[in-house]
Order: sequence, then C-alpha cells, then structure tokens
Amino acid sequence: MSTDISIKNGANLNLKGLASKELEVAKKSLTYAINPDDFFSLVPRMLVKEGDKVSKGQPIFHDKNDETILIVSPVSGKVKEIRRGAKRKILYVIIKAEGDDVIKFDIPELQKITKEQIIKLLSDSGSLAYIKQRPYNIIAKPSRLPKSIFVSTHSTAPYDVDYDFLLSNRLDDLQTGIDIMSAIIDKPINFSVTHKKDSSFKNLNNVKIFNIKGAHPSGNESFQINKIDPLNFGETIWVIKPEDLSNIGAFFSSGIFSSSRTVAISGDSLKSPKYYSTCIGASISSLINSDEINDIKNYRFINGDPLSGSKVEYSEFLGFYNNSLSVIEEGNNYRMLGWLPFMYNSIPSFSKTSLSWLLGGAKKVNTNLNGEERAIVVTGEMEKYFPMDIFPMQLIKACMRGDIEKMESLGIYEVVPEDFGLVDFSCTSKIETQEIIKSGIEIMLKEVG
Amino acid sequence: MKFIRKQVDVLKKPFLKGGKLEMLYPAFNAFETMLFVPDHTTSKGSHIRDGVDLKRTMITVIIALLPALSYGIYNTGYQYFIQTGLEFTFLDAVLHGAYKIFPMIAVSYAVGLAIEFAFAVYRNHPVNEGYLVTGLLIPMIMPIDMPLWMLAISVVFAVLIAKEAFGGTGMNILNPALTARAFAFFAYPTFMSGDKVWVSEATNIDAISGETILGALAANGDVTYSSFNMFMGAIPGSVAETSVFFVLIGALILILTGVGSWRIIISGILGASLVGILFNLWGANSLMSFDWYNHLLVGGFAFGIVFMATDPVSAAQTTKGKWIYGFLVGVFCILIRVFNPAYPEGVMLAILLMNVFAPLIDHYVVESNISKRRKRWEAIKLKTA
Repeated sequence: MSTDISIKNGANLNLKGLASKELEVAKKSLTYAINPDDFFSLVPRMLVKEGDKVSKGQPIFHDKNDETILIVSPVSGKVKEIRRGAKRKILYVIIKAEGDDVIKFDIPELQKITKEQIIKLLSDSGSLAYIKQRPYNIIAKPSRLPKSIFVSTHSTAPYDVDYDFLLSNRLDDLQTGIDIMSAIIDKPINFSVTHKKDSSFKNLNNVKIFNIKGAHPSGNESFQINKIDPLNFGETIWVIKPEDLSNIGAFFSSGIFSSSRTVAISGDSLKSPKYYSTCIGASISSLINSDEINDIKNYRFINGDPLSGSKVEYSEFLGFYNNSLSVIEEGNNYRMLGWLPFMYNSIPSFSKTSLSWLLGGAKKVNTNLNGEERAIVVTGEMEKYFPMDIFPMQLIKACMRGDIEKMESLGIYEVVPEDFGLVDFSCTSKIETQEIIKSGIEIMLKEVG
Repeated sequence: MKFIRKQVDVLKKPFLKGGKLEMLYPAFNAFETMLFVPDHTTSKGSHIRDGVDLKRTMITVIIALLPALSYGIYNTGYQYFIQTGLEFTFLDAVLHGAYKIFPMIAVSYAVGLAIEFAFAVYRNHPVNEGYLVTGLLIPMIMPIDMPLWMLAISVVFAVLIAKEAFGGTGMNILNPALTARAFAFFAYPTFMSGDKVWVSEATNIDAISGETILGALAANGDVTYSSFNMFMGAIPGSVAETSVFFVLIGALILILTGVGSWRIIISGILGASLVGILFNLWGANSLMSFDWYNHLLVGGFAFGIVFMATDPVSAAQTTKGKWIYGFLVGVFCILIRVFNPAYPEGVMLAILLMNVFAPLIDHYVVESNISKRRKRWEAIKLKTA
C-alpha cells in the first residue's frame, strides 16, 4: 500500500562532483571523536576521564538535564583527549581506537519483546541518540512517546546520498529496526520514498509507504510530516535517518551498539568522489587523502550537505548523524562589478536576474557570500522555497523578536533549522535564517519545553 | 582587474580598523562594493549562496525605469517645442529634456545619498542600495518646472521622515519616493498642479501652458487627446509617467526578472478597471463618464502601479495580501480621482493610503493561517479529551 504525496515549490541544486555510486571501505581511522554540538541542546556531563579505557558502546557522557540520554563510544579504545574550547566548552571527546572490547546486551526474543523493554534497551545502549524528536529536533525522550514515526529516503539536498544504494546490503537490519520502532507505536511507521523510483524499500513490512514527488526541500521530514500527519501542540513525532534505523536494527539483532556509517564524499575538486563505509566519528583524514585535493587549505569541509551542514577542519572528525561529507572551495575572492544583472552566470542562482537557470548541467560552487547582508527587502521569495502552510518570513521575524506566542502560533514546532537551508541560499538580503530559527527553537525549548 | 584591485586595497588602508579614517569606513565600503563584490565567505547558515544580492535587484529596477526616463526626456523637449511653435528636431527635443531633467536627477541623488551616507557613517552600518531607485524615481514623478531647491527639500523630507526615522531601507512604512511627491504636493501646491507647471518653461513664459488630462477633466474641460496619444505618452504630465507604452516595457522587465510583483500589477489594473466601469455606468460628470480604459492610460496610474505599488517594503508582503493590496490601490486611485477633483493625483494618494494599510492586510492573512493551526490543535484536544 502506498500513497502519492506531491510537494510543490522548492528547487533542486545540481552541483558538480556528486559522489559516484561506488562503495569503498575507508582505511581505519586512528582516532574517533564525538562532538557534543551534534546533539542539539544537549549539555554534556562526562562519564569518562582522559586516559580511561572504553569499550564500544560504553557511555562517555550523558545529558545534564536528562540522565537517561547517553552518548556512547563508537569504538573500543582509550580516551585520548577531551578537547575544550572557550569557557571549557567540550569540543570533542577523542578516542584512540585499540582492542575490540564491546558492551553486549541480552536481547529478549524479538517476537515477544515489550514496549518497555525496547525503550529501556534503546536508552541504555545509547541507540536512542539515533532518534530525533519533533518538535525541537532533540534526542527523543523515553518519557514522551510519539504519535508517529517518520523515515525519509527521499533525499533532495545537494550532494545528498542515494539511500537505495547506501542501504542495499543492510535491508535486514533496516527491517529489524522498522519492526522494533513500529512495536513502540503499535502501528506501521511512515516511510517515504522518491516518487516513481524503483526502490527495494517498497517491499519492506510494517511500513506505510509514501511516494514523495517534489524538489528540495521536500526530502526534509518536516515538509512530509506537514502533509501527512501534521504536528500539533503537545504532540511528538520521532524522526530517524534510514541508516540510523539500520543501526538500531543491528543492535537488536546482535545486542551490540552499532556505529556503522556510510558516507558519501562529494566535491568538484575531489579526484574520485564516492561512498565510503566507516564508523561514526572517524577522522576526516581517514576518508580523504591529503593528496586527493590540491591546496587543501583553500577548501571547506562540511559535515552534511552544503545548505545545512556544519563546517569542520580537515584535522577534525565526521559528525554523528551525517551521511554526506561535502568539500567546497572557499570563495574568498573579489568579483569586479559582480552585482550587475546577467554577470557571472556560472554562479547558481534561482533569480531571473542571472542566466544561470538557462545554463543546464551541474554547477561549480564556492563559499562566497555573493553580496553583503541587508535588511529584508524582497518579499515572497522565502515562500517559494518553503513548501509548507507556514509563513517563513513572519516566523523568522517572530524568532528575531523572541516573541514566544507568535512563534508558537506561526508554527515553530513544525520546523527545524535545516528546513530553511534553501531559504538561506536564495535570500537576496543574505539573512542567516537557519541561525535565527535555531535561536527561536532554543527560546521555545527553554520557555515551553 | 588585478591592477584596479591593488589600487583599491592601497586606498582602503586608512579606512580599516585603527586607520585614520576608520569612522568613514561605511562610506568607503559603499564605493568599494560598487566596484567589487566583496570576498566575504559564509560563516553561518548555508555554506553556498545564490548569485543574487540587493544591489543586483535594485539595479534591475533602475534598468526597468530607463525606457520611461528616456521617453520622459524626449517628451519634455517635445512638449516645450510644440507649445512655443519653434521648429525642432528629435535631437533638439532630447537635448532640451536632458538639460532640464539631468539637473533634477543630480540634485536628487546628491542630496539623498549625502543623507544616506551620513546615516551609514553615524550608525556604522553599510550604505543600503534602496536610495539608488528612490533617487531616480523622485525626479521622474515631479513636474518638470519644479525649482531644484523644492526638489531638494522634498528629498530631505522623504529620506529623513519616511525612511531613516523608521530605521532605513527595509523598515519604512511609506514609499519614500511618493512621500517626497506628497510632501511637495501639499507644501508647494502652486508648483504641483494647475496648467503652468507641466510643460517645460511654462512658469517663465506666458505663452506656454498645458494641463494634464486629469486636470482638464476635473475642471469639466474637454480632452482632445486620443487614447493612442495617451498610451504613447505625447501629453503633458510629470516627467516620466506619461507614456504607458514605455512604462509597460519596464513592467515587462520587472515581471520577467521576478523583481516586481506581477500580482500587484494585475490586481491593480483589475481594481481600477472595475471601478472605472462602474463609474462609466453611473456617468454623472465628465470624470465619471471618462472611459474606464482611458483612466488606466492617463495620469500616473501606470507608472504608479508598476513602479511604486510594487515596492516590496511598503507593499503587502504575503501572496494573498498582495492581491488585495494591488486591487485596493486600483480601486482607491479611481475613487479619489473621481470623487475628489481637487486631488487629481489619485494614484499617489491611493498607494500611500494602502502603504499604511498593507500591514493590516498582512495581519489578517497571517491571522487566518494562525487560526487554521489553532483549530487543528483544538480538534486534537477534543479527540483526546
């Protein structure tokens, strides 16, 4: 059984250097690291010290505000360093990989497992971190069960992965994960695939398949939730990335926390952009050889897609959640008279003041801001890239004012910052909308919770 | 290019932090960014950005204004020469028009930009591009014989009161260019209406006079121009608003580049047509019985609806709101023209009026979205309760 959902508006950005569908096992990373910033609003309290031995799956920190939320080590080894920044903020917990000690849980027979047992196992094993709760996009709380669960394999962001390829040999784990999650809500989970794409996911059980038709950002779960089962005040919905769901499935099959991560490395400067299988927190240098790119200093590495990912240095590590790693040239150069209409048409632009839309094919991009930040002048622009019955500009202004009542009534619960990636990209006034929404959500989390 | 960049870098030094002219950095920055798109890279949010920026958007509007401006220059000379009865060529007319209009543009830009730069330096923010458009619009909607000092005072009023007082570009409630015109209209009425201001040199030479069509209609006079004349624009009027043909070329540029809202333009024309037809049916006086399609051609209607009503800052901001806003601009334009013959400037007053009401229109559009969401929440509460 499947339902067609069409999400109008939005646009796809076709960028040069998309990872080709070849899978290679990445070379073993010497160190792995967890960045507490990957978990929105989590305040880490360390459970290990520098020099401690840790097993794979052993908790390394928990949330100060909710001790049931554990973050565990992705590998077995020794805590090499707890890297701190300004005000002693923890930047990375770096683990030197050695040995193969694991923490193993006894899993009851899956046919007879109860809801309570599942929740407890998810929480104790650290697998709960794979589940995000809407509203707020925080790690799911065991105390707030969802009304439905969403998984989207319809990936639309630039440099986003093809989940059919990525999960082709993990379908069993995926099915186990689906069975476990649907047991929690006593109904099938909502699973979206790309419209008219021949997908092996359509044969999965315990799922309600939605064929999503639409350009970016229709692949983001928020827009699908809004169409399929809108989130109301006081309700929660869980969202899980497909590979994370497979990891949950793998845990329930083996009793060992699974930290597998397949990552697509894309970028027009890379000699051979492709998929690599590795583990969460692997060092970037284990994935990209320094000779893969000439002049590596002039490139930006992004955990995630170029619209909403987060910047990392080459010497740093893969994030907890991202399946894509983007490499983009820094754009710190001047362009003479670049503001004239129809100049520099090779820069991607949705505006008809550039001929970019006429020139087909994949585009080369860099990180130049292409202008300066200004007050919002052009109207009707954000709505074009925000296909939801929410007024994006009004919501952003409410967030800027910190107006809780307005944020709530304009729909802050239904959005997450990355939904505004394309709004950020296309904004004539170069407004940082994702940051503004993030600060709005932080206020709501603090004041309403 | 590299050579110029090097020269700019040398010039830039004293304006940077710690330099002697640090205070004037926003002013230098305005010139520098005119020459080069800066080398700023993204720091937060999306790592890649669209090639469009506010400068490009504003320049597109200026390009769209050029056909109407060029025709305005020619028409200024043309009106002058046919009134004086002198022999003239196309070039004579253009030269005469340019001689009259370029000083107006120069004054408008000099005064307006001086204030903008002063505010930018004082508040230490970059100079906004908004005035590039406003500064060109103001002389284009004034009578040709307006003394330059009056123009300067109108500009000062518009930039200070209509714009900077509210926080600058993007924050204003009223369209600044129309505010300048409204100020002049009420402060110096003798220079803004009657039959001695619309033709070049009419204030100086007794033999020259020329009424606008709306002025003639309001005085229950006859209109001798054909609809074709009105469309092509060889009639007396404000500098660049007379030719519907050239305004439409501008409209086409705005709509094709997506810079101007076609919704406002279309709904404005619909609103004005509807009210025009109703008045035609009533037909109590010469303004009422003036053909509805001619109402669309005369006065500043076309220019106003294309270039003023579509100003994104002062117009309604929601899609639905834009339809309502444009429609009401059209409706009020004809209403004011017909019911209040003392103010033939219907479109100016209609747009300013709707500028004030645009936030209210948006409020109700947004409110309907809010109540829809609330209803959805209430329904769930009832189900679970």
